Amino acid sequence: MKSLKAQDHPLSSSETEIHYLERDMPNFSGDRFASELKKINLFPLKPTQIEVLQINLGKMCNQVCLHCHVDAGPDRKEIMLRETMQQCLEVLKNNSITSIDLTGGAPEMNPDFRWFVEAIRAIDSEVTIIVRCNLTIILANPKYYDLPLFFKKHKIEVASSLPYFTAMKTDSQRGDGVFEKSIKALKLLNEQGYGIEGTGLVLNLVYNPSGAFMPAAQAGLEAEFKKRLADKFDISFNSLFAITNLPISRFLEYLIRSGNYEGYMEKLIDSFNPTAAAGVMCRNTISVGWDGYLYDCDFNQMLELKVTSQDSQHLKDWNQQSLIKRNIIVKNHCFGCTAGAGSSCGGVTA
Amino acid sequence: MKTYYNPDDLKNFGKIGEFQKPLADKFFDYYGEVFAEGALTAREKSLIALAVAHTIQCPYCIDAYTTDTMEKGCDEEQMMEAVHVASAIRAGASLVHATQMMNKVKEISM
Ligand code: SF4
Ligand code: SF4
Repeated sequence: MKSLKAQDHPLSSSETEIHYLERDMPNFSGDRFASELKKINLFPLKPTQIEVLQINLGKMCNQVCLHCHVDAGPDRKEIMLRETMQQCLEVLKNNSITSIDLTGGAPEMNPDFRWFVEAIRAIDSEVTIIVRCNLTIILANPKYYDLPLFFKKHKIEVASSLPYFTAMKTDSQRGDGVFEKSIKALKLLNEQGYGIEGTGLVLNLVYNPSGAFMPAAQAGLEAEFKKRLADKFDISFNSLFAITNLPISRFLEYLIRSGNYEGYMEKLIDSFNPTAAAGVMCRNTISVGWDGYLYDCDFNQMLELKVTSQDSQHLKDWNQQSLIKRNIIVKNHCFGCTAGAGSSCGGVTA
Repeated sequence: MKTYYNPDDLKNFGKIGEFQKPLADKFFDYYGEVFAEGALTAREKSLIALAVAHTIQCPYCIDAYTTDTMEKGCDEEQMMEAVHVASAIRAGASLVHATQMMNKVKEISM
């Protein structure tokens, strides 16, 4: 399978995506999210603080998952250069960032990934570093085999997608053979102490539905995953994050192609939860693109909606004062963050 | 094309109160409580509902509880097993009556 971009698909253009999201539908308007926020006095949506820097190291990935909101894949060549990483380090030095969340694509495929992690640790030995590891990358090439050891050495938290505890559902979303490789990779992480009580090495799993439906309640799902993975594969992990798929990029393409767009959006809208709206992750996060531009979140990044603070749209111009005062850009895709128990990169929010 | 069943009608289920509100309110209250987490989990209840939906062959219920079981974290294998449970009971309920047929055969045969 190729990325939408490599297929030259109309939905590989963020303009087309935004056009779609802003369309008035029979049962909801194109600006419905903003009107829901107005009703609860949250519009314009404002940051509360800036604690998390989520850095997208590139769109290159060894997988081509059907639902990927990054439209990542082996055919994507956009990756962050060391010079841009340097600018991230400057921001880290001069601001009170408590967590660095490394994402992609497969962030480990960036040739400067290890250099970057070591440089972050040299500046701050305590800051939380999270790597969004797709698991299969660990087995993709001998040069990645020692990644679990590297993660451990630098006290990196690992957050990994596993859509289900069976091969059928995992492979249908992430590709043939992904489940088996993911299980092997999880075992390697467990061997290093990841996900094992008392080691302090955190291994969290990320669940997202394989289709046009909402995720199950996080606590019940976590218990089920723990039991199944332990009984059948002797695998342990810390927490499970249940994430809602947002209607952008490849998941949007799937929704439209399968005739599920309207029904899915209506479901998200019906499940709008004001508490989840108050806790959306863009309120304490800045998302950094592979080219150093700044966004409210990884989703707005993929829609190419740069932060509204005109004088601070790139790492090199980082201005904490402007960023904290900015209005966050919201559109109907945001309903994915506020449905039910809410959804963020760290799971439920309400 | 006109059909007796229209998938969009499922969304209007809540509107049955337009013609008789007190009874509809009682029903929806009861329904809500039945499906809440209890001695059985909401997930278990959803699988039972899916199985029953197949027994009564209600297309609305089949659509609704297919989505609901998936949203409760069930997978296709579990859902199909639930339908087999319903089907086995249905088949068994027919077959167990064969004992009556057998009794009658014996009663009237030489
Ligand atoms: S592993 Fe992650 S980044 Fe890569 S294609 Fe799958 S969802 Fe996208
Ligand atoms: S999609 Fe992004 S901007 Fe919208 S609510 Fe979610 S985190 Fe915030």
